[in-house]
Amino acid sequence: MSNSTFEPRLVGFLCNWCSYTGADLAGTARMTYAPNIRIIRVMCSGRVDPQFVLKAFREGADGVLISGCHPGDCHYQEGNYKALRRYKLLSRMLEQLGIEKERFRLEWVSASEGARFQHVVNEFTEQIRRLGPLNFKFDGGSHEQA
Amino acid sequence: MSKPKVAFYWCASCGGCEEAVVDLAEDILKVVEAVDIVFWPVALDFKKKDLEAMADGSIAVSFINGSVRLSEQEEMVHLLRRKSQLVVAFGSCSHLGGIPGLANFWNKETIFRRAYFTTPSTVNPDGVVPQEKVIVEGKELTLPKFFETVRALDQVIDVDYYLPGCAPPRDLILNAVGAILEGKLPPKGAVLSPNKSLCDDCDRNKTKPEKLTIKEFKRPWEVFLDPEKCFLAQGVICMGPATRTGCDERCIEANMPCRGCFGPTDQVYDQGAKFLSALASLIDFKDEKEIEKIVQTIADPAGTFYRFSLPKSILGRRKMEAIK
Repeated sequence: MSNSTFEPRLVGFLCNWCSYTGADLAGTARMTYAPNIRIIRVMCSGRVDPQFVLKAFREGADGVLISGCHPGDCHYQEGNYKALRRYKLLSRMLEQLGIEKERFRLEWVSASEGARFQHVVNEFTEQIRRLGPLNFKFDGGSHEQA
Repeated sequence: MSKPKVAFYWCASCGGCEEAVVDLAEDILKVVEAVDIVFWPVALDFKKKDLEAMADGSIAVSFINGSVRLSEQEEMVHLLRRKSQLVVAFGSCSHLGGIPGLANFWNKETIFRRAYFTTPSTVNPDGVVPQEKVIVEGKELTLPKFFETVRALDQVIDVDYYLPGCAPPRDLILNAVGAILEGKLPPKGAVLSPNKSLCDDCDRNKTKPEKLTIKEFKRPWEVFLDPEKCFLAQGVICMGPATRTGCDERCIEANMPCRGCFGPTDQVYDQGAKFLSALASLIDFKDEKEIEKIVQTIADPAGTFYRFSLPKSILGRRKMEAIK
């Protein structure tokens, strides 16, 4: 796929209490943002198992966004701090596995920040568009992958 | 009634799994009494043609260790699959890819460059590299193809059971052989070891504080390890929380942390990712900069968390072209 026709595929894991509500606000306020993101609602950014992120990349995502409540605002007290710690370590591991850390992003978006959500998605989409497709393919059976 | 036929085979492995079979000591005599070993290249002089001459499905069970790195291994495991009623993936390499699976951080080109050109001990002025085919004095000589990616056994053929461990411990081997001989087998696809984490069985679990937190990561050689205290509570990375039990805590008793050779429990697909999740949540900082700093002190996270399971992880290998 050439970069001119390339449309990034993004997966966004949004927490129920802040970021998903923020995305909803962007919607009800009719703020337009890049349609490249597929949103998955989770109860808390701390619920995002690193396996979800790896699976998204394996299944064809070009970028993965995790979004949760601002530090100190987590509905479950500490879930977003857990997400932050996992994000930092997973970013390092992704780089070792050949996935640029720019493809993985953690953002804090509160329920009132519809405009911020719009901005994050637009900016992330453009960033991935510049990076190009990930094309991570490993079917576990084919041995001629490199 | 004739005795059930058994085959042993090795692929990309170190020979430790073969050693584990020999280490059954006098118990191996009971095994030999009950079965007919029809193929075991490391110990008995049977050839590939002997195996080819057997009827399909005539071997009761094949124990195959090692991961699949070469075309020769691929060919042999397909042949063994055809001749066997049951195939047991024997040991970590066969089960998960194992230590040879760490080569999935590289590909054929980079491995060959390192092995035949850039290691300090290499002297290769003519730039000789193994070829799959070469003509010597008018005759064609061949070598197996070296694949780009190392695979676990079930990524190549259908596998019935898994015996985990590097190498599988004696009791697990004997239990598995006993279960097969008596026909008391668990559902197909089972890993023949208890389905709970190592921490559940670990004697050090009782020394784990109520709230386990880590402020500093240390490598085993950087500290005098307390022989009774939970390794994670000492800031030393121990794969116990994300690793299946059944190993009799051989490493723990030798005062070394778990390295994860038994792979994950049935509930988890990706051992490394799950361990990363558990370990990161123990970090005792909330400030982004401090978290960043402590995370940087973990040497080689991917190689540590996927030490035995990279081919069987969600991503399976490193994507080469992204690395400049």
